[in-house]
Amino acid sequence: MDMDSGRGDGSGPSATDGHDWPTTDVELLKRAWRNEKAAPEILKYEVDLIRRVTELTAYVQETVDELMENGVDPLNVSLMEMDLERTLFLVKSYLRIRLQKIEKYMFQIQRSADLWNRLSRKEQNFAKRFKAVYVLCAEDMEKHLEQSVLSKLPDRYKSHLRQSITSEEDDMVPEPQLDTYVFCRSKSFLGSFQLDERQLDILDLILSRRLNFNIFGEGEPIDLEANELYGIRYRSIKPLIESGQMDLV
Amino acid sequence: MAGQSDPGGSTFTAAELEFLAEDETVEIVPNMRMDTLDFICGQYGPLRPQITAQVPLWLAVALKKRGNARDDIPDVYLVRSLIEDIKDVRFHKIGTGMEKLTGRASAIVLKHISAMEVNIVRPFTARALETFYKLDSPEMLPDSERGAVKHSQVADHGQRRPLRPNR
Repeated sequence: MDMDSGRGDGSGPSATDGHDWPTTDVELLKRAWRNEKAAPEILKYEVDLIRRVTELTAYVQETVDELMENGVDPLNVSLMEMDLERTLFLVKSYLRIRLQKIEKYMFQIQRSADLWNRLSRKEQNFAKRFKAVYVLCAEDMEKHLEQSVLSKLPDRYKSHLRQSITSEEDDMVPEPQLDTYVFCRSKSFLGSFQLDERQLDILDLILSRRLNFNIFGEGEPIDLEANELYGIRYRSIKPLIESGQMDLV
Repeated sequence: MAGQSDPGGSTFTAAELEFLAEDETVEIVPNMRMDTLDFICGQYGPLRPQITAQVPLWLAVALKKRGNARDDIPDVYLVRSLIEDIKDVRFHKIGTGMEKLTGRASAIVLKHISAMEVNIVRPFTARALETFYKLDSPEMLPDSERGAVKHSQVADHGQRRPLRPNR
């Protein structure tokens, strides 16, 4: 969809025009925060970035405290504090989103080495403790579910972890929806990208070409241009996010 | 299409997007002196009276609120009304674009859309595309349209599996 259809130059501010790709730690932090917010699964913990930012904010906090005690230049100190608060918000929010995901997908994360390794040491400790508490509650929960509902269902459906005894896995245990659609963009031209292996329907391809709205059919490779916003299934572009070639918004 | 943050924290509130936008640089006219500001987010200033300076929006607002600076906007009411008009026109275009979404769209590109606009259409667009994708999946087709009588066991967690016919 082109907001400037009717004009030739396609100029004007947008989410991606003139976008400065992260170089400073604050920019990297903003990007990490946005990615974590938009991604359905937990991403790799930014160990070095968070360590650097935490050190920096601790230092600034000390400076602010000192200046406040000495009553030096209150306006300047107040503005410094605002800057500090803005950075702290990003860090806290980043950590909080991750904790929510850890709690939500607790079982799955602990069963997968790949996911487990995306957590920081502290997050792993949290997950273990959280699970221990959860398991204690879960036993009570299981009894409660059994007594109130499950025991009254037909035999096939009595498990609280599986939909029915024919399920091959614990499909009542929540897992992130990797087929969620996300909005993403790339800094540079990534070229032809294969979305999906589904059958291509020729009629749909012709139809989609006639529309101004840029739709990409299944099975059709798309060109990932620089600084364009795409709506794609997370699963398709997951490797590009992990490698840092694309960002989520 | 509201931009409410869901409990999973996976969508952005309007406030969060504003927060990001507050780092954009704007021009102010200070009425006081200030040495170079060495912030975590960058260096700004020094500020001198009546000399325009480039600062982040959040800083500009803070200074203006304290009476330390003014903005350089000649006619605020005109600007506001223009922005409203632009917003309406753009929204209409977005809506028109959305209407063209068909069941065969497996990816879309959105040119020249702003972050706030993306956030507003995000719930609708993402769900629509996901639904199309799910409805299009081979295992949703009745047996007669599939070659073999194979039932694919794709686990779709968080979603009920399609009911299998009695054998």
